[in-house]
Amino acid sequence: MDSTAAHGHLVPYRTFVRVWLVLLFLTAILVVASRISHEAAVWTMLTLTPLKAGLVFFYFMHLKYEKPFLKGLLLLVLFVLIVFIALTFLDVSFLR
Amino acid sequence: MSSATAPSHPVHKDYEGSKMGMWIFLFTEILLFGGLFLLYSIYRSEYPVDFHTGGQHLNTFIGVANTVILLTSSLTVAMAISAMQRGNRKLSITCLSVTIVFGLAFLVDKYIEWSEEIRKGVYPNGPALAKFPNGEKIFYGLYYAMTGLHGLHVLAGITVLTVILVFVKRGKITSTNFNQLENAGLYWHLVDVIWIFLLPMLYLAA
Repeated sequence: MDSTAAHGHLVPYRTFVRVWLVLLFLTAILVVASRISHEAAVWTMLTLTPLKAGLVFFYFMHLKYEKPFLKGLLLLVLFVLIVFIALTFLDVSFLR
Repeated sequence: MSSATAPSHPVHKDYEGSKMGMWIFLFTEILLFGGLFLLYSIYRSEYPVDFHTGGQHLNTFIGVANTVILLTSSLTVAMAISAMQRGNRKLSITCLSVTIVFGLAFLVDKYIEWSEEIRKGVYPNGPALAKFPNGEKIFYGLYYAMTGLHGLHVLAGITVLTVILVFVKRGKITSTNFNQLENAGLYWHLVDVIWIFLLPMLYLAA
């Protein structure tokens, strides 16, 4: 077995707890914003939801400590998804 | 490879390859749910009012409670891996068990939520849903498809974590060989990420 560097970075427990608290806090903001107005609900959804997902990916899923190649692959997948969403919206707008 | 040759032949383990394989599988999962998110956004732009009223009928309390349950279970599974890395098998077993219990609690909530909707006749081809406007029918169709597919993923995650728990108890997973635990954790986190998106799309949209 090779060195521990290749086999996972040791993350302190308190980092996980902090990330969890931030995730709960962001969820509370989302719920409150959805009660305020429709605009607030949409804007917090479009900004805070990807932020929450990013926190889970980066800390809980250790992406922060992975090689740039893996990070790049994830970006590629998200890019493909965005391209498909954009093209479909374009298509639908022509059909109207 | 027969086990007779094992002592003279060191077992080769490719952790990087195993983890990469898990991530590639997770990418296909992202695209699978991405397709449903695409459908949702197109139809929401088509029927903004119906999606708004559809979301108002859903039980926000259960949606938020399930979010807290899944976020906490993500914390416990991350701790289970960290504890195993540090050689703390007992804490790892506790954290894994708590994660499984949270997963089951999520499904119980989902059962309560769905049975309430079904009792009201709001289910595909149900008597109440038939009287709803078209946009709301699509909203509920997507609601059942997305939460249903996600629920199956929770069930799969619970199954995988239970198998991993047995492996940990039998000593097959150790502080130097915990790759299976790590990959199971990755899967569970992705199930959590998908729910993070489902909460505002379905329950907070109104």
